[in-house]
Amino acid sequence: MITASGWGWRYAGRPDWAVRGVDFTVEDGERVLLLGASGAGKSTVLAALTGVLGGADEGTEEGRLLIDGKHPTRVRGRVGLVMQDPESQVVLAKVGDDVAFGCENMGLPRQEIWPRVHRALDAVGLRVPLDQPTGALSGGQKQRLAIAAALAMHGSTAESAGPGILCLDEPTANLDPAGIVEVRDAIGRVVADRTTTLLVVEHRVDVWADLVDRIIVLGTDGILADGPVAQVLAEQATELLAAGVWVPGVPHPLSPRPVHASARPLLWTEDLTTGYQASRPVGRHLEVSIPKGLSTVITGPNGAGKSTLALTLAGLLRPLAGRVRVAPGLQPEPRQRGRRSSRTLDPADPHTWTSRHLLTRIGTVFQQPEHQFVERQVREELAVGLRALDWPQPQIDRRVAELLETLHLTGLATANPFTLSGGEQRRLSVGTVLATSPALIVLDEPTFGQDRNTWTDLVQLVLQILAEGRTIISVTHDPAYLEVLAENRLVVTATP
Amino acid sequence: MTNNLTNQQRLDDQTTPAPTSRHRWRVVDIVVAAVLGVACGLIFFAWNSVGYAWFTTMDALTPGLGGIAAGLWFLGGPLGMLIIRKPGAAIMVELIGAVVSALLGNVWGITTLYSGLAQGLGAELAFALFAYRNFKLPVALLAGAGAGLGAWTLELFTSGNLAKGPAFLAIYFATTVISGAVLAGGVGQLLTKALASTGVLDRFASGRDGGS
Amino acid sequence: MTAVQTGTTQAAAAPTLLDRMNSVTRLGLAVLASLPILITLDWVSALTMLCCQFGIFVACRVPLPLLARRTAPLLLVAPIGAVSMALYGRPGGEIHFQWWLVTISDRSLLLAVAVFLRILVLGSSAVILIGGADPTRMADGLAQILRLPARLVLGTLAGVRMVGLFAEDWRTMALARRARGIGDIGRLRRFFTMAFALLVFAIRRGTKLATAMEARGFGSERERTWARPSRLGRADLFGLLVTLAAGALSIGMALWAGTFWLVLWDAT
Ligand SMILES: Nc1ncnc2c1ncn2[C@@H]1O[C@H](COP(=O)(O)OP(=O)(O)OP(=O)(O)O)[C@@H](O)[C@H]1O
Ligand SMILES: Nc1ncnc2c1ncn2[C@@H]1O[C@H](COP(=O)(O)OP(=O)(O)OP(=O)(O)O)[C@@H](O)[C@H]1O
Ligand SMILES: [Mg+2]
Ligand SMILES: [Mg+2]
Repeated sequence: MITASGWGWRYAGRPDWAVRGVDFTVEDGERVLLLGASGAGKSTVLAALTGVLGGADEGTEEGRLLIDGKHPTRVRGRVGLVMQDPESQVVLAKVGDDVAFGCENMGLPRQEIWPRVHRALDAVGLRVPLDQPTGALSGGQKQRLAIAAALAMHGSTAESAGPGILCLDEPTANLDPAGIVEVRDAIGRVVADRTTTLLVVEHRVDVWADLVDRIIVLGTDGILADGPVAQVLAEQATELLAAGVWVPGVPHPLSPRPVHASARPLLWTEDLTTGYQASRPVGRHLEVSIPKGLSTVITGPNGAGKSTLALTLAGLLRPLAGRVRVAPGLQPEPRQRGRRSSRTLDPADPHTWTSRHLLTRIGTVFQQPEHQFVERQVREELAVGLRALDWPQPQIDRRVAELLETLHLTGLATANPFTLSGGEQRRLSVGTVLATSPALIVLDEPTFGQDRNTWTDLVQLVLQILAEGRTIISVTHDPAYLEVLAENRLVVTATP
Repeated sequence: MTNNLTNQQRLDDQTTPAPTSRHRWRVVDIVVAAVLGVACGLIFFAWNSVGYAWFTTMDALTPGLGGIAAGLWFLGGPLGMLIIRKPGAAIMVELIGAVVSALLGNVWGITTLYSGLAQGLGAELAFALFAYRNFKLPVALLAGAGAGLGAWTLELFTSGNLAKGPAFLAIYFATTVISGAVLAGGVGQLLTKALASTGVLDRFASGRDGGS
Repeated sequence: MTAVQTGTTQAAAAPTLLDRMNSVTRLGLAVLASLPILITLDWVSALTMLCCQFGIFVACRVPLPLLARRTAPLLLVAPIGAVSMALYGRPGGEIHFQWWLVTISDRSLLLAVAVFLRILVLGSSAVILIGGADPTRMADGLAQILRLPARLVLGTLAGVRMVGLFAEDWRTMALARRARGIGDIGRLRRFFTMAFALLVFAIRRGTKLATAMEARGFGSERERTWARPSRLGRADLFGLLVTLAAGALSIGMALWAGTFWLVLWDAT
């Protein structure tokens, strides 16, 4: 049984409490969906339950959060957590070893471990060899790996010191639609016999509504709503909407633009082959054309090569074969050479441009927000590109303040980008690129981890940028995003 | 009666965080020490060509001045301890650095490990002398010098330096120790400060007090 | 049951007979082989050991190009180490040259030859470690055979695994900086800013990884099991015997030739 009474946590170095005044009780075997706005403290609650929030010098705790009357740090191993960021949870170098790691820690006998590993990988649909290097997985594949690792630990035959608790922090944020169903069903099977308690954090209610018994909504001060799914959704819909919950059946407020057809291409490829190593091409013979002034959306299953294609189009990855071409309007002056003398400039090929050329022409948001952060404060982070363009300081300040407002980050202006919540990091990384308003913007999964309010503002920002005549390429699995922005759609299919 | 009371207290205790001691290694200490060790190993590996060119030339041409370049190879000990601040951190980081340097391939082979151990031990002793409570610059310099002492002592045997003349040994001692203090202790302190200022060491005491 | 084999599949390189040994044995043998060389400073024992080593490597089918690549730098380094000994080694016997601190004598020349051979032996013995360097297998061995604390070994392994990601991170970081408009700075400055950024990134990831490991029950009180068994076999015993024999032979040869010289002896 989990009991929280007046529980709160404040991270060292932050003036505000991340969560405060939390009261709830969860019985053994219950299944709970934990909701709340981005930054409400959901991940913090799960980390606390797992006992990994850190000691007294890493933050201040108030009230009580107990598992069977004990502090979570005293019952480590009872609670399994799949953290929000799939990238940082890969422990070992090979897929099989990584899934087995949790089982070993639980003290399972060896002959039981490997069958479990196979079952867990099957359940989440990660069909790669056991000795596949974990470093060469796509974002969605890593997420499946993390879930498989947790599932293997919590298989029903686990004899452990008390019933297990499984915490999942946005487990489907990076998955393709088929994967979401697959993973949800796999988790459903694990909790089917009601011996495992389940706590899921997710912004999308509809995926989990059938599986969970109960919804708990975190607000800014304490619990906003707590009760059976149908009842809470019916009775408190307005409060939930205000708190940013995606209430099923209530459509988002945005609608697609009227699209003027037959735009001229801004960028296109000629027999392009993408990939990281010549021996293992990811996408082959791609003929892609990006119309100017429109929003192009790339979809496809996990690991199909969407991110790889996006980075290649953006002039960051070198094509393995074939070419990326850019329309004359977007090309830099041939004579204007950067200091990077090792590349000979071909104005039509963005991979040969200098970093400064790219800045005003093609902006890229990576799938992993953390890869892109270079500064120590949110505010500085937004100003990096503007500085590189030599904007005057007052103008930079104005632009940054404006962006902070739109991205719901004003209160975090001086925070370290790396300490932000998952959704906050995503918004910041999108903001850094939108700041310099490049003519072509490439966004890799721009909306994952967003609540309904931040999602709306983010998509509105994208629409506004489109209205300025700029071109956008997005990679996404988000159906709502597709509804609004799929003016031109590319589907990437996995090459066998 | 008393029995009852202690039982009661023990029950109460269960609702508070599990006790941690200042000297016990947390998982994060171990992992970050390993990361630092690997990073140092890469620095050593780079220095194995640049520094070694200086070291060998000076060693061959002058009596013992080669030691001047040696300090950077001692970086792991002071750096590890300045950041992690747990007993054994200096030895662990320097040793992992040595292992990485050996595995990447260097001219010393397996003896790199002995060097790592001796240098780490030298640095460790300096901090132990202050009961693992003082991590300020003077102690860092002392630790760097200690690592130099460790290296010098080991090489009496592994390089057969015992068979060399006392003048050589004295000069080599002075250069190694000074180089250790500056290139390991001083650089270690600077690096710790720089890392602390990025906020990456927030989970360590060294990050919270700005690395000194 | 067959799946137990996973995680121990060999890298692409052709397996040598050395691969039949446990990684921990290989490490132990490298240490063992270095001891007779370290305790004596003489050319006979070093030369004997050098011949034994190369004989063993060739017999174990270590590819010759690999052997050559590993030992080539030694041929450059060893003479320099020898020169130092020739110039500053304690004089003895006939003196050929003297200037300030430099004295070249019979004895220092003989020592120099010994140092030359010694560097070759110690440097090339690391070849035995090649291929045994899969960190996962090494960690399995250290924890299961040497019984080092699992927390320490696996925590270290997780940290060390990141070295494999350094190259990848470096590339991603270069791409990100290019995309952010700060990729045009000078080469040297870029190298150092990126190296520092990489270190920061690795520590940050290490911190998070530690949390993820604890979230999977790592570091709890519970006794841990091992999915990949690490065992010693006949090959390990054989390796031990061969190494002991080589060590004994080289010391024996030195004693027989009368050149044995314990490094601790403070001769005149
Ligand atoms: N390590 C940290 N150090 C300091 N502050 C933090 C840290 N992690 C989170 N925070 C802050 O605590 C608050 C709650 O964060 P948390 O990650 O729990 O939010 P969340 O509800 O999970 O949000 P999201 O839906 O965006 O993931 C946020 O304002 C965040 O900036
Ligand atoms: N850094 C890398 N090095 C080598 N191979 C990689 C790397 N990143 C991804 N891959 C491989 O390339 C393929 C395509 O990966 P990519 O990241 O482009 O997929 P994706 O379509 O973006 O998937 P997702 O929806 O999961 O993000 C995958 O099979 C993956 O294994
Ligand atoms: Mg979160
Ligand atoms: Mg992707």
